[in-house]
Amino acid sequence: MEVMKNNRTLYDKIWDDHLIHSENDTSLIYIDRHLVHEVTSPQAFEGLRESGRKVHAPNKTIAVPDHNVATTSNRLTNFGSEEGRIQLETLDKNARDFGIHYYPVDDIRQGIVHIIGPEQGWTLPGMTIVCGDSHTATHGAFGALAHGIGTSEVEHVLATQTLIQQKSKNMRVEVAGVLGNGVTAKDITLTIIGKTGTAGGTGHVIEYCGSAIESLSMEGRMTVCNMAIEGGARAGLIAPDKKTIEYVRGRPHSPKGENWDKAVEFWKTLFSDPGAKFDKEFFLKAEDIAPVVTWGTSPEDVLPINDFVPSPDDFQGSKVEAAKRSLEYMGLRPGQRLQDIKVDAVFIGSCTNGRIEDLREVEKIVKGKKVKSGIRAMVVPGSGLVKKQAEEEGIASSLKEAGFDWRMPGCSMCLAMNPDQLLPEERCAATSNRNFEGRQGRGGRTHLMSPAMAAAAAITGRLTDVRDI
Amino acid sequence: MEKFNTLDGIAAPMPLINIDTDMLIPKQFLKTIKRTGLGENLFFEMRYDQNGNEIKDFVLNREHYKNASIIVGGANFGCGSSREHAPWALKDFGIKCIISISFADIFFNNCFKNGILPIIVSEEIHQNLMKDAEVERTSYMKIDLKNQKIIRNNEDQVDFEVDEFKKYCLLNGLDDIGLTLQKSDKIRGFEKEYSNKFSWA
Repeated sequence: MEVMKNNRTLYDKIWDDHLIHSENDTSLIYIDRHLVHEVTSPQAFEGLRESGRKVHAPNKTIAVPDHNVATTSNRLTNFGSEEGRIQLETLDKNARDFGIHYYPVDDIRQGIVHIIGPEQGWTLPGMTIVCGDSHTATHGAFGALAHGIGTSEVEHVLATQTLIQQKSKNMRVEVAGVLGNGVTAKDITLTIIGKTGTAGGTGHVIEYCGSAIESLSMEGRMTVCNMAIEGGARAGLIAPDKKTIEYVRGRPHSPKGENWDKAVEFWKTLFSDPGAKFDKEFFLKAEDIAPVVTWGTSPEDVLPINDFVPSPDDFQGSKVEAAKRSLEYMGLRPGQRLQDIKVDAVFIGSCTNGRIEDLREVEKIVKGKKVKSGIRAMVVPGSGLVKKQAEEEGIASSLKEAGFDWRMPGCSMCLAMNPDQLLPEERCAATSNRNFEGRQGRGGRTHLMSPAMAAAAAITGRLTDVRDI
Repeated sequence: MEKFNTLDGIAAPMPLINIDTDMLIPKQFLKTIKRTGLGENLFFEMRYDQNGNEIKDFVLNREHYKNASIIVGGANFGCGSSREHAPWALKDFGIKCIISISFADIFFNNCFKNGILPIIVSEEIHQNLMKDAEVERTSYMKIDLKNQKIIRNNEDQVDFEVDEFKKYCLLNGLDDIGLTLQKSDKIRGFEKEYSNKFSWA
């Protein structure tokens, strides 16, 4: 029985298409793509073996090592740690034993799972996509319902190609207007989190819309959706449009021939109906967004770059204590000018900002300039193909000339599982997504920002307004 | 999975908001390919100094709270990374229940898959339970999942909500893969229709 409803949100539509069964508030939904990496999957494969189960749909399951891989050129023989080596070997064995798609570390297509999914055309509009990684939200940029799951759920999806879910609420975030000079997708997504808080989206799926979102490239849209999780949401979504379809066209695993036409026809129906109901709405004017940085240890600790370090007294309730703790950890004083904060390291990369467009932004700022002496600046392309393209476009040589360390692809210093880590009290301008205590190395101090802002910090050696460069 | 019925235990107070899964279990412990043995590294950076010695004033290092099986935690508990190593570490340490005002979505689900009960309470109740937990004498609580009650040391009873299906799985210690596989025919049927309609997917 098909009921035609004309007041559904984009999330409602995708949900309905994948709903197998529902009982009370608990639903079983079908999963189109399951992305797997080395850190959150070994225990799930072990579970399958112990219970004699198989992978239900190996052709919809894609594995790649990314979190734990070294980013040095000798990484095929030097793993950084013995445990790391075992974990990579385990993924290799599991991928081969269970017959799933696999991009090993020596394959040019290897990279961060959320970068290669779209790059290879696995990520398509209207799909359900899961991965044992919270930044799966990235794929929402294509109008796919994509979110992170735990390892028990990884095992569940491997065994059944389904997930037990409760439907989330709908939240709409509109960003209207024209972005100012130097303001990027990263500034949009950080500003939203700064205003709605890290629990602002809890229990919801966010749909981002409005002219400023539409104006973004697919890369920019991925940056916005990537951090939906930092805003507490299960997933972020952007309705597909011409840009989406053009991005997807001709990718290795995107539909071909008659299937392509059929798919495009369907993708054009993926939008929230005019009468759709949202449980929560948030509106932001693009003109009110400035280049921003984080000052604390929560992604909601966001301020425009021309602002000052806040005082715990500026907050209320339990945030007072949290702010005190953050300032102490970050080694900052209330009232300090953000632009006076000196950095020791710069990290450009991650599933938030490790795509070609991000590297082009960095090149624009640093070309013909030098990284300030004493600063450790590294660029980790999001995938082997991003790296190759950047080398072909001459970006790699400009960055190397400027003094950046040009690395092999992986998650690297975003979560610092491999040897790429900050030292205690080392301060880093980072294009990644989390500034938690110890995230980039015990005692390390992270300031989140856009690639352009991180590039500017590399040149001046302090947090810098990119508009002044 | 171990059944969860009632729990009598010590509640440890952790009022800090936004306790993230990096705090619960830092990345260097994610290299394991096992689910076990993570308890000693729970809250690693808050619990041990750079030389590996216990930091005395951290709550779970205090003699009384070393035996805690409940945490009363600050809002947005478990935010950040999806790592199930966080509930594995909690469980291995002996924590079976976490009470907060709000939880991050993925962590909340991960708890149930590991026999840990996350309970959401109002701010007012949260304050009272936090005060209970802060004093050793009153830090004993009883959790009754079947009747959905927290019984405080002063005998006060607090009701809480829990999703029916999740409650059923916890009470019976059920592995939900087995439950889903009972619906295999439904899944196959769905797949057939689905692949006709979405031939490209």
